[in-house]
Amino acid sequence: MQLPIYMDYQATTPVDPRVLEAMLPFFTQAYGNAASRNHAFGWKAEEAVDAAREACASIIGASSKEIVFTSGSTEAINLAMKGVAEMYGHKGKHVITSLAEHKAVLDTAKHLEKQGFEVTYLKPDKNGRTTAADVAAALREDTILVSIMWANNEVGTVNDVRGIGELCHEKGVLFFTDATQAVGKIPVDVAADHVDLLCFSGHKIYGPKGVGALYVRRRNPRVRLVAQMDGGGHERGMRSGTLNVPGIAGLGEACRLAQAELETEAARAIALRERLQQKIEAELDFVHLNGDAEHRLPGCLNLSFNFVEGESLLMGVKDLAVSSGSACTSASLEPSHVLRSMDVGDDLAHSSIRFGLGRFTTEEEVDFAARQVIDTVKRLREMSPLYEMVVEEGIDLSTVNWQGGH
Amino acid sequence: MAYSDKVLDHYNNPRNVGALDKKSENVGTGVVGAPECGDVMKLQIEVDGDRIVDAKFKTFGCGSAIASSSLATEWVKGKTLDEALSISNTEIVQELSLPPVKIHCSVLAEDAIKAAVNDFKAKRATTAQEQSAK
Repeated sequence: MQLPIYMDYQATTPVDPRVLEAMLPFFTQAYGNAASRNHAFGWKAEEAVDAAREACASIIGASSKEIVFTSGSTEAINLAMKGVAEMYGHKGKHVITSLAEHKAVLDTAKHLEKQGFEVTYLKPDKNGRTTAADVAAALREDTILVSIMWANNEVGTVNDVRGIGELCHEKGVLFFTDATQAVGKIPVDVAADHVDLLCFSGHKIYGPKGVGALYVRRRNPRVRLVAQMDGGGHERGMRSGTLNVPGIAGLGEACRLAQAELETEAARAIALRERLQQKIEAELDFVHLNGDAEHRLPGCLNLSFNFVEGESLLMGVKDLAVSSGSACTSASLEPSHVLRSMDVGDDLAHSSIRFGLGRFTTEEEVDFAARQVIDTVKRLREMSPLYEMVVEEGIDLSTVNWQGGH
Repeated sequence: MAYSDKVLDHYNNPRNVGALDKKSENVGTGVVGAPECGDVMKLQIEVDGDRIVDAKFKTFGCGSAIASSSLATEWVKGKTLDEALSISNTEIVQELSLPPVKIHCSVLAEDAIKAAVNDFKAKRATTAQEQSAK
């Protein structure tokens, strides 16, 4: 077992060696421009792009003509939201999204507000979940777009996508979902789930960074977008720019593998996640699961540990590459906006750790991680005045008049 | 974030972790910070005459906060109350090479020392009053 152990699969994933293998020829041999129509180099590149487009469509139940390649989810989000807003802004100026979305969605929504749109930010429930009923309550006559992520990147909660999709189709409102954490991890079907626009990214599914895809529905309804990038009119005019052929080939292969192995891989990730959670909870009290116990991603476990602070916790689990819900390390003392939207108290938000498990995680690594977390939390609690107050002295911390907080 | 060797040393081998009997006449207790802010320090001193003979701490906070309070207990031991009160946060910053974003940890440690000394002084004043009332 090599240290440190990578447990941050929601941040990014290693490229699967099989994916790398599929990409390599397109750097030095088949390096043609997929838009070159008059020679074999171009044809070969186009062939690879077509095959990748098929694989990207297949994993989400779309047709290949509905796939637009982008540089990743952030670009796809910008294209989807701004593209819809500009195309359909004359019909209405209202957009619905959620407070637990990724910054790429939230910042794009802010941009739309500056353009004169009105945005409703739904508050998720305490498990981070948004349902069709939440969206229904916010829908208006002038709503043109609903943007709700499929699964949350911090806590792994899976939203009621099918319910929201059905509602949107019934009301004639476009539904965009950021499925960056969902595609390749759980079943995604744009037809059955009534999704109009959907994005995902290569590097979350063992493909390369810098490539992603946007699904744009072609019928019932046909979705039109105003392009955000002007140029040679690639990707049916929706995204100009020479196609990143090696990246796209990698994305395609990543999708093919993820689709073929989805069930076994999900079952394996769930087993590892449960093993990790059970081991930790067997030895530690005052552990909170952040996120929805039922509707959740296979490989994501977000836990908070009362009475210990996040940064010191991360310092203690020094052999684990994990992520903290507290942005303390970036000097701002601001807890994560996702945990805050779920009403997780600031003290618990500060002590949260996200364990991201994936394709290359082993049982041995999980056991090592559990041990290091348990030992660190125990050690830090021994020196925590809060643990002493609550556990030994029975004090309710909310009744304490704290002095001199910074 | 890169931690200085001294911060790492205090984090890995904190000095004087523990508790003194806060009901004891000779013990002063200072608790500063708040859980929402990510830092709570409890620093206790045991005083003999005018001199601090023992000190203990418990800290909920980042590595720099733990190191600052650990260092504070080391420094106050053997000092008189007035000497302890004169310890300033800038000395802690210097000793631990704290980066600017962690200066608040040193401020909190200074506050904790002052709170513990003041708690002890208040206790002693009350005891003296009670005795003179007898």
